[in-house]
Amino acid sequence: MNTNVQTDWKVIAFRLKEEEYALPVQHVRSIEKMQPITRVPGTAHYVKGVINLRGVVTPIIDLRERFGFAPEPYGEQTRMIIVTLGDVEVGLIVDAANDVIDIPGASIEPPPEAIGAIEASYIYGVAKIEKRLLILLDLAKVLGQ
Amino acid sequence: MDMSQYLDIFIDESKEHLQTINERLLELEQTPGDMALVNEIFRSAHTLKGMPATMGFEDLANLTHQLENVLDGIRNQRLIVTPELLDVVFQAVDHLEAMIISIASGGDGKRDVGETVEQLKRIEQGEMPNKPTAGEQLPLEHTYGEFEYHVLQQAKDQGFSIYEIRVRLRKDCMLKAARVYMVFEQLNEAGEIVKSTPPADMLEEEKFDQEFLVTVVSKTPADELRMRLMSISEIDEVEIAAVTVDEPSAKSGEQDDPEPPVSTAIGQVAAAQAKAEAAEKLAAKQAGKTIRVNIERLDMLMNLFEELVVDRGRLEQISRDLNHPELTETVERMSRISSDLQTIILNMRMVPVETVFNRFPRMVRQLARELGKKVRLDIIGAETELDRTVIDEIGDPLVHLIRNALDHGIEAPDIRVACGKPEEGTVKLRAYHSGNHVFIEIEDDGAGISREKVLQKAIDRGIVSAEEAAHLTDQQVYGLIFSPGFSTADRISDISGRGVGLDVVKSTIQSLGGTVTVDSQPGKGSLFSIQLPLTLSIISVLLVQIAAETYAIPLSSIMETALVKKEDIFSAHNQPVIDFRGKVVPLVRLKDVFSVPNASDEGDAVAAVIVRKGEKLAALAVDSFIGQQEVVLKSLGNYLSSVFAISGATILGDGRVALIIDCNALVK
Repeated sequence: MNTNVQTDWKVIAFRLKEEEYALPVQHVRSIEKMQPITRVPGTAHYVKGVINLRGVVTPIIDLRERFGFAPEPYGEQTRMIIVTLGDVEVGLIVDAANDVIDIPGASIEPPPEAIGAIEASYIYGVAKIEKRLLILLDLAKVLGQ
Repeated sequence: MDMSQYLDIFIDESKEHLQTINERLLELEQTPGDMALVNEIFRSAHTLKGMPATMGFEDLANLTHQLENVLDGIRNQRLIVTPELLDVVFQAVDHLEAMIISIASGGDGKRDVGETVEQLKRIEQGEMPNKPTAGEQLPLEHTYGEFEYHVLQQAKDQGFSIYEIRVRLRKDCMLKAARVYMVFEQLNEAGEIVKSTPPADMLEEEKFDQEFLVTVVSKTPADELRMRLMSISEIDEVEIAAVTVDEPSAKSGEQDDPEPPVSTAIGQVAAAQAKAEAAEKLAAKQAGKTIRVNIERLDMLMNLFEELVVDRGRLEQISRDLNHPELTETVERMSRISSDLQTIILNMRMVPVETVFNRFPRMVRQLARELGKKVRLDIIGAETELDRTVIDEIGDPLVHLIRNALDHGIEAPDIRVACGKPEEGTVKLRAYHSGNHVFIEIEDDGAGISREKVLQKAIDRGIVSAEEAAHLTDQQVYGLIFSPGFSTADRISDISGRGVGLDVVKSTIQSLGGTVTVDSQPGKGSLFSIQLPLTLSIISVLLVQIAAETYAIPLSSIMETALVKKEDIFSAHNQPVIDFRGKVVPLVRLKDVFSVPNASDEGDAVAAVIVRKGEKLAALAVDSFIGQQEVVLKSLGNYLSSVFAISGATILGDGRVALIIDCNALVK
């Protein structure tokens, strides 16, 4: 993840619970609608299983459960954001994927002590764009065990 | 200019050229007089020289330059091919290989090659390592192998005369090949050409200076032959000498050279027979045009194709539902075409094992010299094809097994003679297809494995207890050598026997979905047999249903399927077991192992898949069998690197993912 705060970020914004989160576009492969997931036994509770993503078997993480939120049934808006980090490729289930936003590097602030309900360690920073508050995720930490 | 894009090509091509040089050098060692080989080596070395210079690898360029000079000397017959000379040349090639590998792994390709360069220089100046100098230019001359000798003898018996005809073309001759052709035509009219130096194909390609030598059997008098040949224009001189053939490998010709070129009768025969084959091979090589394709692209193609297969499945379903004749016809056609396409794509990933095998002759030669043993390596079935992914992994285990065979298997020459065996040991490397598997066998005619030694060591190392040892079959005892931390070599050598190895060989092969077994007869030799799946990416599975989930069990580990009545399930040590053909086999309920949600209770009978791991069995209880299918094996990705009892996944016809069960983890 880019550590130079001064560079501008292009991010994908998505909704989880009532909050808006963001991931840098360079880590995002694609955004997919929900499709059948094959459960993989013996994995962490937030790993929902694997899907067939155009011939590649891709693990799927439920981000709500990863952050310890209460699970919700998947709806019309539910999306899988396929992200890559190094040689790892996984899908993240989010409530809805919104849009692509440019964030000026200067507007990114370090995470406040307590933000929402998720542990600050997953968060790289927060940014306020117009009236929206975006929580920038640290993908390496999200994917860490 | 950015060189990196050329670097890959450079490395690939250099490796290819080095491989050619290696192979041809080995052949040359067998048939030292074969100028076609020398020429081929020279061409490869020459091309190799040009590349590093432009890429800025000085050491590499220097060494290839010296190597080329020596080869040039051989080509111009200033130098004689001797094993000692070849040793230095091989050494140079080794350095080159090391440098290329260094460059490939991002290094600078620098290496201290001063000594080798110096040795090559000395050779080039005519100083033979351990051999008298061959200062003067070697004259063209013919030696006859057994085969040729017989031909000549027969011709003589039938009243033909045998001539050696030396033809010199004029220095300014423009159409050398054409003149050669005319000479050959004349001679063929008058009689039959038995041999030519340089060989005919080289003559045709104008790969000679001014002079060539042919041996002809004919009833035409020598003078008339001369007349005929001299009538061809641009011919400077024709010398004809009658030849008497006394015995195989006897030299003929007007000059009596005190030291014959290093060559053996057998080598010459082989050369004569090989020549025709070589010419054919060359033609085949030129005919088969190939392009380089990155393996990643093939993987991409494969993935895209699989998507197509999934959509094909849907289309088939839709066309069945709509029942529209034209649509049905079109979809059927598409299905046929796509299954042809599948065959082609899978075939593209297949590579002959030759690509792995071809480094072994060099290795065996070198090892045998180091160990002071005489070993012949026979390679059988090098054209057998395997999936690229398997090929990439199989090299190291094979290296180890071959080293093992040379070090521990084949005895020293004096011991072999004392045992009444031929002095030269044989290692056979054999590959062949059988069913859905490829077998690779390494067989040696060495000392074999000593049951007592293996057992003693296994007991010493605590691998088995003395009581257990007494009950083991020979097979089981031999199997012990694959145990971790086992080595039976009396002395630790540099080649093998460092105590690591055979267990690594076994685990590598198992990770490829294969097995390795060993059989041995004391005093007669050992046979290591590796069984590998034809491809890693496509396997046959039995699809089974557990509640709402579908799992795949590889057919390779299935013994059979059975329906077990509820009353036939017993309990032993709190573990459910069944009686399978008189054997007590543990029953593993997959719904428990995989904690399948909403699993129903068992009915009156349980569907069980009997699987095997070596000698051990287990019965996997499932809800129902769906059927057998060929599936594409996929990894679960790097995020889920190790999941218990799951070896991977596959994509089913409806696009869903099914997990593949790793039976080895379930059989205890």
